[in-house]
Amino acid sequence: MTSLPDQTEKKLGLVIDLDTCVGCHACVTACKGWNTENYGVALSDNDAYGSDPVGTFLNRVHAFEVQPSNGAAQTIHFPKSCLHCDDAPCVTVCPTGASYKRVEDGIVLVDEDACIGCGLCAWACPYGARELDQSAGVMKKCTLCVDRIYNENLPEEDRVPACVRTCPAGARHFGDFSDPESNVSRLTAERGGMDLMPEQGTRPVNKYLPPRVKDRLTADKSAPQLKPVADSPKGFLAWLDKTLEAL
Amino acid sequence: MHPAPSVIVFTVLSGLGFGFLAWLGIGQPAVTGWTAFFCFAIAYALAVGGLVASTFHLGNPQRALKAFSQWRSSWLSREAWLSVSALLVMGLYAFAAVFFDRLLVPLGVLGAVLSVATIYATSMIYAQLATVPRWNHWLTPLHMVTLALAGGAVLAAQSMAALVLLVVAGGVQLLYWVLGDRRFAERGHTTETATGLGDRGKVRLFEPPHTGTNYLLKEMVYVVGRKHAQKLRAIAFLLNCLLPIVIIALLPAGVFSAGLAVLAYLAGTFASRWLFFAEAEHVVGLYYSQR
Amino acid sequence: MGRHQQPSVETSPLVSDEIRQTTCYMCACRCGINVHMKDGKVAYIEGNRDHPVNKGVLCAKGSSGIMQVNAPSRLRAPLKRKGPRGSGEFEEISWDEALEIATGWLAPIRKSAPEKLAFFTGRDQSQSFTSFWAQNFGTPNYAAHGGFCSVNMAAGGIYTMGGAFWEFGQPDWDRTKLFLLFGVAEDHDSNPIKMGLGKLKAHGGKVIGINPVRSGYNAIADEWVGITPGTDGLFILALVHTLVQSGKIDLTYLSRFTNAPCLVNNDPASPEFGLLLRDDSGKTLVIDRNSGQPTAFDQKGVKPDLAAQYEKDGLTHRTVFQLLAEKYLDDAYSPEAVAEKCGVSAERIRAIAAELARVAFEEAFELDQPWTDFRGDRHEKMPGRPVSFHAMRGISAHSNGFQTCRSLHLLQILLGTVEVPGGFRFKPPYPKPVTAHPTPHCHSEPDCPLDGPHLGFVRGPDDLALKKDGTPARIDKAFTWENPMSAHGLMHMVISNAHAGDPYRIDTLFLYMANMSWNSSMNTKGVMEMLTDKDEDGNYVIPRIIYSDAYSSEMVAYADLILPDTTYLERHDCISLLDRPICEADAAADAIRWPVIEPDRDVRGFQSVLVDLGVRLNLPGFIEEDGSAKYRDYADYMVNHQRRPGIGPLAGFRGDGTEKGRGEVNPEQLDRYIENGGFFVEHVPDEAAFYKPWNSAYQDWAVELGFYDKPQPYLFELYSEPMRRFQLAAEGHGDRQPPDHLRDRIKETFEPLPVWYPPLEDAHVSEADYPVHALTQRPMAMYHSWGSQNAWLRQIHGHNPLYVPTKIWEEHGFQDGDWARVTSLHGEIVVPVALMAALNENTVWTWNAIGKRKGAWALDGDAPESTKGFLLNHLINELLPPKGDGLRWSNSDPVTGQAAWFDLRVRIEKTGPPDECSPAFPELRSPVGKGPKTVRQKVRP
Repeated sequence: MTSLPDQTEKKLGLVIDLDTCVGCHACVTACKGWNTENYGVALSDNDAYGSDPVGTFLNRVHAFEVQPSNGAAQTIHFPKSCLHCDDAPCVTVCPTGASYKRVEDGIVLVDEDACIGCGLCAWACPYGARELDQSAGVMKKCTLCVDRIYNENLPEEDRVPACVRTCPAGARHFGDFSDPESNVSRLTAERGGMDLMPEQGTRPVNKYLPPRVKDRLTADKSAPQLKPVADSPKGFLAWLDKTLEAL
Repeated sequence: MHPAPSVIVFTVLSGLGFGFLAWLGIGQPAVTGWTAFFCFAIAYALAVGGLVASTFHLGNPQRALKAFSQWRSSWLSREAWLSVSALLVMGLYAFAAVFFDRLLVPLGVLGAVLSVATIYATSMIYAQLATVPRWNHWLTPLHMVTLALAGGAVLAAQSMAALVLLVVAGGVQLLYWVLGDRRFAERGHTTETATGLGDRGKVRLFEPPHTGTNYLLKEMVYVVGRKHAQKLRAIAFLLNCLLPIVIIALLPAGVFSAGLAVLAYLAGTFASRWLFFAEAEHVVGLYYSQR
Repeated sequence: MGRHQQPSVETSPLVSDEIRQTTCYMCACRCGINVHMKDGKVAYIEGNRDHPVNKGVLCAKGSSGIMQVNAPSRLRAPLKRKGPRGSGEFEEISWDEALEIATGWLAPIRKSAPEKLAFFTGRDQSQSFTSFWAQNFGTPNYAAHGGFCSVNMAAGGIYTMGGAFWEFGQPDWDRTKLFLLFGVAEDHDSNPIKMGLGKLKAHGGKVIGINPVRSGYNAIADEWVGITPGTDGLFILALVHTLVQSGKIDLTYLSRFTNAPCLVNNDPASPEFGLLLRDDSGKTLVIDRNSGQPTAFDQKGVKPDLAAQYEKDGLTHRTVFQLLAEKYLDDAYSPEAVAEKCGVSAERIRAIAAELARVAFEEAFELDQPWTDFRGDRHEKMPGRPVSFHAMRGISAHSNGFQTCRSLHLLQILLGTVEVPGGFRFKPPYPKPVTAHPTPHCHSEPDCPLDGPHLGFVRGPDDLALKKDGTPARIDKAFTWENPMSAHGLMHMVISNAHAGDPYRIDTLFLYMANMSWNSSMNTKGVMEMLTDKDEDGNYVIPRIIYSDAYSSEMVAYADLILPDTTYLERHDCISLLDRPICEADAAADAIRWPVIEPDRDVRGFQSVLVDLGVRLNLPGFIEEDGSAKYRDYADYMVNHQRRPGIGPLAGFRGDGTEKGRGEVNPEQLDRYIENGGFFVEHVPDEAAFYKPWNSAYQDWAVELGFYDKPQPYLFELYSEPMRRFQLAAEGHGDRQPPDHLRDRIKETFEPLPVWYPPLEDAHVSEADYPVHALTQRPMAMYHSWGSQNAWLRQIHGHNPLYVPTKIWEEHGFQDGDWARVTSLHGEIVVPVALMAALNENTVWTWNAIGKRKGAWALDGDAPESTKGFLLNHLINELLPPKGDGLRWSNSDPVTGQAAWFDLRVRIEKTGPPDECSPAFPELRSPVGKGPKTVRQKVRP
């Protein structure tokens, strides 16, 4: 049913740490690898070796540049996938019921057998989280690796989304936001986890941890300075002798 | 948004078709027999042709029937129901008019209401999208409905109504453009809000996630030059509003003048609808520093 | 809205039929991978959680391995050239024919003049094996790609402290609180560094990035120092100046563990001026503060005096530390003096020095771990200083890179942070002093193996690879006066020298995995010309070229015979401790690759082909006394070869399967590796975890595992005696003398205490004509040229703009979508530009090796890689501009011969948009056809 559940039992999602992501794209291809082989149809790549290769990806890493009013510009790598919104506009626009939000964990999924490929859900998503596969004509999106996180054929420690498992820097965290004690809830609270485009009113589940404040050794001109131990090389040797005696 | 021919053809033709059906449903003109046959044939060709065109936009049109299931929440589903209902009701009405020379007035009125509702539902598919600020406004249904009814009136050769509606639709169209130009900014969507990084400074895309293009960019990011757009607006307005008014007002009424007015209307409305999509900026473009 | 209904989803699908664990080869990281198999095909690749390198994580390249294994660019069968070189016209031949041709070329060379074979390997991960083959062949002309990659980093580290960053060592990520990262470092040891940065961030550590470009790791740096390229050494020495001046250095550490207290001959008239005072057994002497007497450095209870002076036989000796203090206290190294050159304010340099001192000394801590040092002195604690450093290509690919690397090690040693908790830690089998490494060998005779390993570490002029007449013994002129400490050879000079016949002509050029006609060469166009150039008789100047690669790279078109290699999942390999190891600071480790799938083409693992050729050529290491094959194939070699008794390519599961490091051959060794996940790991005992060069427990453990045969404790060489020996020769001392034209350069660049001099290119170009520095870096999602044939990765980096800083962008009025002409002293390119604000204001840069030659890698001719992708290589020459002396001056570090990629200076102009980048080259004929239109990767729906 295209209606959103009034409430979900869990709120599974990701915390993405913008202070730690180095923009390596590991999550992008790990996601592609898992999800092309698993849930639903393959993630196709068209003109794969040609002049205009276009493939379906469920997770993409942008890089932004921020220019503060004072000081050096900053580069921020920015992975983006479905945020599994509480008020997911992509779900309610779906004419067939193919898009839905799971009541047990809040994951937003597409039932590909019911998808007519009208693309309206992708239009409704502010975040660019949905891509219509050009070969299969069905809408693809992040499943939060629903076929990993409960998968009894995987060791327990591997029951996390492929992007989280592979992230070399540990910039991606998976957990249940409905549990205030969960790793993701705590990180969000401690680090001021934020919503993307909150004015859209989508109430994303995934949170982004902002980068820490940078370039403070430049900004703070009162930084402690080192004092010379002597005025001359001779003085330095005297200091050395004295210091060595004390060792 | 990508101005896909399928959706342009769909909204323009089915808008005109249902607009015409609405006029036929309220008996303006009250046609029967062969005249009715031709009138309904044109109306159905437009409405159904438009709907068929819309399926070219689908990735899996063979499952289109599933689109009827979510009328409670989805405007697309509602449009499916309303369009089919309108076509069925007006089909019965037409059948009686063509073969029995009888105008079943209550049925016609119901059909007319359903036809207008269909156009409205179509417009709401766009108007509901908060992600496209230009569309996400009450002017969008007003724009599409008035334009469709005006077109229908021209096709129905309802000179007076057509003149009035053309003036109204033209005015709404202008308003839609002018107010629409401001809407993205009014909503406050910026790369800063999209990334949450606005508190540290001005944000700009440095590297896109992939050097090539992708579905999102092809579908939702279409950059149209401002000068080009203004030119097209002028052409659209001239063709779908001013020219039909002039034709209807100055030329003697008849099949020739109505045909000419409809052709002008169609050409202008195609241009207008192309702009409707091409100028509509999706917020996802903010992640690509493109709108 | 009624009750919520939803479809049911299979949340526990079968993941795969089987997992096969092997080693990744999508870059040099060599992570462990789980290859999930379905229906006998590769279905999914993920990191191996148990593996010491990556502990489960995997990068973008590794996770795209499936697209590499299925790439349409894979070579299918041996190829014989049909058309002219460079055309790409080949015919497929059988292996028998291919091996007969190769043998027919090589056997006569070996019989008459083995040096006529130049065998160079590129991204080879079997260097201990390929060098063994070359040594048995008898040619002195062997090296891998280290010379154009990062030899400065390796050699700078080994000559200073017995190990370097990257595979030699790593920060103590769990404890370090301040991490300084110099230059581009994303390209090596990439997953471990990302994991380390993640750990550091998680426990609140700070990162200072010193790099002209704020991308990758520098994007998450808390402080970014957008330094001017090539001035890192100066910046570091200004930090050294400030720290020494304020006494913020670890005197205890310096006196115990470094040659700072060693005594230097201070008499300019002495033939040993500048050399260290030694006792009769050759041990360096220090003055013991207990007795005031000269004492060998390693005596129990000795308290070496940093401030001593000592007269012997009328000669004054002063400690290294005194020379060091005098040198760096000089105002030439003050922050104010260097600020402008470095593009960093003096205030900021001082602030960083203060922060280093604060963390190193105020946040010092101790581990409750007793240990005994090599002098026999027992310590109850292990003091730690939570400051660590890392650097890689960014500082080493300059012509002053060796000295800059040494400067960086000087800095971390002065702070006392090497091999201490919280600091930089070696990975076994390092630390390993220069004295534990071989010297280079170059003596070749017909029908004979070489007299020893090709590559090594020279101790002085006596170890140079010179013939009796003083001319270079090696085709790349490694270990000559031009670049005496070229520990990895100079692969970037091979083709140029072979073409010029300087120092001599060769017959056969045999290359493995080295894309020399494209991104792996400087002066790419020139190299293509050299490879296709003919003499007066119409014969190719380089007569024969054999090339082995798994893929249809640009180099394939320029060879006469192609030996097609397998992909990484179809082969045996050993990631050996004898080679470039994959150990962690806490463990020794090695690993294997094994064929998790069989090739579906007529291809063979290159190493097995070398084994076969070794037999056909009767190479001693490859045949039994009766002439029969010693090894069936590479797998057989991996198990049965022994370098020294009990020491083989693989350290794990030896003997009865329980022996580690040393032990008899175990015929079931590979099975044990496979059962164990494809690797072997042995943890360093707790007592041996830190202070490894001086820690008896570590030294004993290292001997036990076979890294060396007796303990090798040593002092860090802040003062490099081998360098001083070359300087001394340049000053006129000794029998082996440099040519006069090199004397001044050697005097200047072989300073035994780290110095900074401007990159050599700066001396040749005027700053006004070429005001801009131009750099490249490898994107984390691509490895050299390999990524473009990968349908997933090429979507991430399908073409590359030249990134231009705001100042230059505005000066030239650039707009998005604009193009520029970029000109160096050597050439020009026309390329697309893009704005980057977080960039040094006098620097432009681009991603490396995205640009491709049309027709290569099974890509369409109009692929963006060849129309909007480009190489900066066209602007860089392997030679410096002629000086009018008739000599060919290599564009390399004068100490090590490291290719000076990053010295490049250019000017930039806006230009109208062309159809494609220039220079453009004709489309190569693809020997493998083109790739399919659509890829839908799924083994089992």
